[in-house]
Amino acid sequence: MANISNTHESAGGNLTARALREGFYAGVISLGLFVLFVGLETTQNIRNELVLNQRWGLLAVFVIVAAVGRFLSVAYLRPWLAARKAAASATASTETEESFFKRNFSKIAIVALIFYPPLMVVLFGVQGSLKWVDNFGIQILIYVMLAWGLNIVVGLAGLLDLGYVAFYAVGAYSYALLSQYFGLSFWVLLPLAGILAAFWGMILGFPVLRLKGDYLAIVTLAFGEIIRLVLINWTEVTKGTFGVSGIPKASVFGIWSFDVSAPNNFAKVFELPMSSAYYKIFLFYLILALALLTAYVTIRLRRMPIGRAWEALREDEIACRSLGINTVTTKLTAFAIGAMFGGFAGSFFAVRQGFVSPESFVFLESAIILAIVVLGGMGSLIGIAVAAVVMVGGTELLREMTFLKSIFGPDFTPELYRMLIFGLAMVVVMVLKPRGFVGSREPTAFLKERKNVSGSFTKEGHG
Amino acid sequence: MAPGTNTMTKDPILKVEHLSMRFGGLMAINDLSFEAYRGDITALIGPNGAGKTTVFNCVTGFYKPTMGMITMRQKAGKEFLLERMTDFEVNRDAKVARTFQNIRLFSGLTVLENLLVAQHNALMKASGYTILGLLGLPTYKKAAAESIDIAKYWLEKANLIERADDPAGDLPYGAQRRLEIARAMCTGPEFLCLDEPAAGLNPRESLALNELLRSIRKDSGASILLIEHDMSVVMEISDHVVVLEYGQKISDGTPDHVKNDPKVIAAYLGVEDDEVEEVIEEIEVIAEGEGPQGGAHS
Repeated sequence: MANISNTHESAGGNLTARALREGFYAGVISLGLFVLFVGLETTQNIRNELVLNQRWGLLAVFVIVAAVGRFLSVAYLRPWLAARKAAASATASTETEESFFKRNFSKIAIVALIFYPPLMVVLFGVQGSLKWVDNFGIQILIYVMLAWGLNIVVGLAGLLDLGYVAFYAVGAYSYALLSQYFGLSFWVLLPLAGILAAFWGMILGFPVLRLKGDYLAIVTLAFGEIIRLVLINWTEVTKGTFGVSGIPKASVFGIWSFDVSAPNNFAKVFELPMSSAYYKIFLFYLILALALLTAYVTIRLRRMPIGRAWEALREDEIACRSLGINTVTTKLTAFAIGAMFGGFAGSFFAVRQGFVSPESFVFLESAIILAIVVLGGMGSLIGIAVAAVVMVGGTELLREMTFLKSIFGPDFTPELYRMLIFGLAMVVVMVLKPRGFVGSREPTAFLKERKNVSGSFTKEGHG
Repeated sequence: MAPGTNTMTKDPILKVEHLSMRFGGLMAINDLSFEAYRGDITALIGPNGAGKTTVFNCVTGFYKPTMGMITMRQKAGKEFLLERMTDFEVNRDAKVARTFQNIRLFSGLTVLENLLVAQHNALMKASGYTILGLLGLPTYKKAAAESIDIAKYWLEKANLIERADDPAGDLPYGAQRRLEIARAMCTGPEFLCLDEPAAGLNPRESLALNELLRSIRKDSGASILLIEHDMSVVMEISDHVVVLEYGQKISDGTPDHVKNDPKVIAAYLGVEDDEVEEVIEEIEVIAEGEGPQGGAHS
């Protein structure tokens, strides 16, 4: 295939003709695909009659994007990529020294995150920083933490878990219910929520240990749904679909509170103007600390015998057993520790929202967290963090794109295309980087030099 | 032709008694009894489908035998009934290590990491089941450094020290075989079971393997049980050979004894049952005439 296209390229006109032809085909296919979905829209009018709206302009946009995109891809992008690949393989030997930025990426990222809230306050003012700290910062960091937690189960131990959100729910409801019924503070309940989630991780772990691959995935998915259905139906305790509201806020270790009426209110103590931004900034640092704790523990555990056993389990379970490794306890610890971080994140979620309901813990959340892990490159903390920024930050950014209304008309709501773009981004990343953003794995020990292991050698695990 | 007498005086490390394994209607092993002696290299040979790997899987706990008893006696005198233990306990407690016919390395881990995973149980204990290690206590740091020294020792023995930081999946075939043996040795076994260690090796690699197995026996004192088709390896290094056919033992003794056993020759050359008598006669004639010559061929 590549050879054929190369011979075509020698005749430049031939390439353009091919690109035009392929662009035309792409246009025809997209016309066929979208004519009923986009071109025609059915709505109900005020008298409950079915009305057929014709949206030929929008359909034309779709078709043109597909046709022009295909033309550009065939005519310019592919030859350019091929040329770049050839150039890269020619200069591969000289490119051994990585740039300063690349080597210290994680340190730079942490410092940048620490200075992120003050920078936003300076740029947008106290009230204006709310959106950037809360919607972007905290939202992304929650997903980073969840994905790092799931990474222990999926990326390191190779156990495909589709019900991870269940542990998130356990953590959130642990905080919500225990603080309401027993009045315990966040700092007591945070570890307790983690322990409870780890406990549930073990409960899930025991019956599914004998399952592998697809079967394991389906049972974990069912477990996630069971937890959600219990939360919906156990109305005496969880208040069902109404959810638990009025969840108390966290305090700065009990020293300063963020309750408006409290005498030790943060803004009052420091004689600042009242704003909810301080609480959000505090929450930002809290989730940053929790996420970094997850990363630190993961990095430490990878260098411990248990972490190596997880990765060995992903590579070959039978070989593990022949080496005297108890695979049952090894899998259980992976489930429990992964679930524990999910529980931490869950109790943080409850404290941030002040309200939890089963709606927040649907299967889609599990799927998004898993997608972030896979996109980032299984096992790689940096890759996963980048994937979380791209996926969660990207979809949040869609809300900001009001200028699109001037193109697609005033009825256009970019948020509705969130999942479409999510899917598109996944396809693009998986085509360009089949092993995720960071496909290689860093060895946990070395004799002479630390050489990263290429993704083509590592396995995804079979459950 | 009496079996080798020198082995009879040795003390057995592994005793297999009346072992039977049934898969549905198939009797893979039928009432098999044999012994492997401490300090010996025992070879288990036989035509394809004779049940050699099944015996291995029973010994190492991967299969539960239908009947029979497998006793492992450690140097200190402790006895283990292997048929009652699960696979990982056989390695962890009874100190029996194994390799696989189709190599099972952790291909995405480096060569060094493969050997560190093999020291899991010792390191787990040293790290206080992860908790003390997570706190960074010096006991674990010391144990970790020691584990790297052990890995280095075996890497040098297996001639893999140059490739220590490469992924195991990147090694050539012969090196992967050696690495699998080194990894099994890192678990500190008293009894090492090798499933066709020379399969797919060229003559030079075969020789290197013989060297490695001999030095393992000499330096670590581990006894070895191996399945092998390559007769150059079997006859060269083994002290004691057990021959299986259709799940039953047909011969047991020194390599020389087995080589001239008419039943073995019949099994390997494929003679009709009623012709076995003839073969025995022929061999006796030859033996009377000019002493033992030729023998088993693979």
